[in-house]
Amino acid sequence: MAAVQETVDRVRSIDVDAYKYGFVSAIESDVAPKGLNEDTVRFISAKKEEPEWLLRWRLDAYRRWLTMDEPKWARVEYPPIDFQDIHYFSAPKTAAGPKSLDEVDPELLRTYAKLGIPLVEQEILAGVERPKVAVDAVFDSVSVATTFKAELAKAGVIFCSFSEAVRNHPDLVRRYLGTVVPSTDNFYATLNSAVFSDGSFVYVPPGVRCPMELSTYFRINEKNTGQFERTLIIADKGSYVSYLEGCTAPKRDENQLHAAVVELVTLEDAEIKYSTVQNWYPGDSEGRGGIYNFVTKRGDCRGARSKISWTQVETGSAITWKYPSCILRGEASRGEFYSIAISNGRQQVDSGTKMIHLGRNTTSRIISKGVSAGRSQNTYRGQVSAHRLATGARNYTNCDSLLIGHECGAHTVPYIEAKNASAIIEHEATTSKVSEEQLFYCQQRGLSAEEATALIVNGFVRDVLQQLPMEFAVEAQKLIAISLEGSVG
Amino acid sequence: MLEIKNLHVSVHGKQILDGLSLTVRPGEVAAIMGPNGSGKSTLSYVIAGKPDYDVTAGEILLDGKNLLEMEADERAQKGIFLAFQYPIEIPGVATMTFLKASLNALRRARGEADLTTPEFMRRVREASQRLKVDQEMLRRPLNVGFSGGEKKRLEILQMTLLEPRFCVLDETDSGLDIDALRVVSEGVNALRDASRGFLVITHYQRLLDHIRPDVVHVMAKGRIVATGGPELALELEKNGYRDYAVQAA
Repeated sequence: MAAVQETVDRVRSIDVDAYKYGFVSAIESDVAPKGLNEDTVRFISAKKEEPEWLLRWRLDAYRRWLTMDEPKWARVEYPPIDFQDIHYFSAPKTAAGPKSLDEVDPELLRTYAKLGIPLVEQEILAGVERPKVAVDAVFDSVSVATTFKAELAKAGVIFCSFSEAVRNHPDLVRRYLGTVVPSTDNFYATLNSAVFSDGSFVYVPPGVRCPMELSTYFRINEKNTGQFERTLIIADKGSYVSYLEGCTAPKRDENQLHAAVVELVTLEDAEIKYSTVQNWYPGDSEGRGGIYNFVTKRGDCRGARSKISWTQVETGSAITWKYPSCILRGEASRGEFYSIAISNGRQQVDSGTKMIHLGRNTTSRIISKGVSAGRSQNTYRGQVSAHRLATGARNYTNCDSLLIGHECGAHTVPYIEAKNASAIIEHEATTSKVSEEQLFYCQQRGLSAEEATALIVNGFVRDVLQQLPMEFAVEAQKLIAISLEGSVG
Repeated sequence: MLEIKNLHVSVHGKQILDGLSLTVRPGEVAAIMGPNGSGKSTLSYVIAGKPDYDVTAGEILLDGKNLLEMEADERAQKGIFLAFQYPIEIPGVATMTFLKASLNALRRARGEADLTTPEFMRRVREASQRLKVDQEMLRRPLNVGFSGGEKKRLEILQMTLLEPRFCVLDETDSGLDIDALRVVSEGVNALRDASRGFLVITHYQRLLDHIRPDVVHVMAKGRIVATGGPELALELEKNGYRDYAVQAA
């Protein structure tokens, strides 16, 4: 707490009043009425003072969206979404949050305590209303962020919010936006293209190895990015960057529908490592009130020998619909996907990846570990395709499912396409149960049923955990134990 | 210390133990011998608290406390240790990780702090040298790909580290060659002291050449049908179980 207090004091001593004033004046006008039409799109674009080309891009997407249908092929069920009943642009303060931690779901607080999260952060995560300035001061930890930014600038790395990028680096944004996930891509990506609020932008110049792992945690104004987040990361020739998204603490959010888009581009010999820990509110034990996470994430290995690696740990959300993919265009480029998807209670997960081999000698590797407990349904859906020119393409897929209890389901749906006779595609899959024998053995050695389950599950997902940056891996391990509580006995 | 009174147990409706009574005193090594299907393994599982066994009558007391009211982990915390006949594999969990989790779970249950890593390593090294367990083996996933002998040695290694009050050994000699049998027996003998009790379940006399029992019980058809000194085991070796099986019927 000492460090937190220090940050608060320090920010106060700088120029808090001006900041506060600026924010308050903004609040009054930063509300769009519910519903979606062309005016909403224009309103958002105007609020963000966007250039004409971006407004046109948004409007094209909106018009396209009107002609599209929601995808129905995923193995998930939910009541129809009323897209006219959503605020597409609102300042975070306008949504009425709980007044204090006393009003927050005690289950959620118990989890925070277990993760060892300081009280102030607990309040922020739970969305407790507080004076805006203090929140930002603590959460963004300005002093930390400042040194952080200075070091990145020295390396020439651009890391900022998407809006800032539109203002300060319009050429880069214009050159790459929508080139990986076109605005016409799918229902949710198209919706995102029309109304996206904010997100992250990263550009790593040629030959630069980003000096630190980039984490959304350190980005100023992270909290305001809202439900339609847009992220664009470009690794120029021969560069490398590792990007961490998310937070192990379960984040409460008034917005039920989340439809983010993430685009990654690697040029020749460049590499992006993108790690996610997603732990959004899964709803209560009956699944009520949980987040719908309908995300489009795709990387384009544009240059020869470039590499994109996705690692994800998914434990939250009521519904997850997410397929981080790689387009392997550059010769000898490589895509990797490492995934742990854990579902408990009434959660529904339909997740996987696509590896699209276009270039010669492209390689990909998929390791997916699905764990289902409670009455959840967990589907791996993956596509591996080798196109006509992808001579020498090589894929290895390993897809394991673990069941806990008798009421959950695990499903594996691989789509494999080879149009080039030299392609080699391997798919291995297993489904197993945490056996009574294993539990009894562990309990006989003094572990409780829950500790035993966590241990067995952590063993099951170990290959993937090892892909995460060290610090993240330790947190993820704790998180896995917590998300499986109540799944046995 | 361990008292079993009139124990009746069935599995999926089939009666396995039929009024078994048995007492093991502190410091005592009691051997149980008996033919296949006499219920020996069932007895060991019921003492340790494996689910799916219906105790329809009787009691099992450890130091006067009723074990039957406890979950398997609580019994372990009270000091019950079962060396499995077929130790279970847990893929992906390093043996060392498992040993530490188990040791610390038991310490926490006793209100003690977790062991520091150096202290834990010291204890593991010491015990594994004595039991000729290779350090490299401890880095492999628990019991996965271990030979029969390795698995049994690891069971005794755990028994040594966890320092239980009461040990049940379920056919620990099965699948062991002569050398491994000696190492394992020495491991068990090293744990014998005035306060710890042992129940050694076996088919064969040869284990009892290495672990000298104080008492030998003969089990047939789910009951103890004869009790005697070590000489009883020798007699069984010579004449077989036939007479006792008839007696129980």
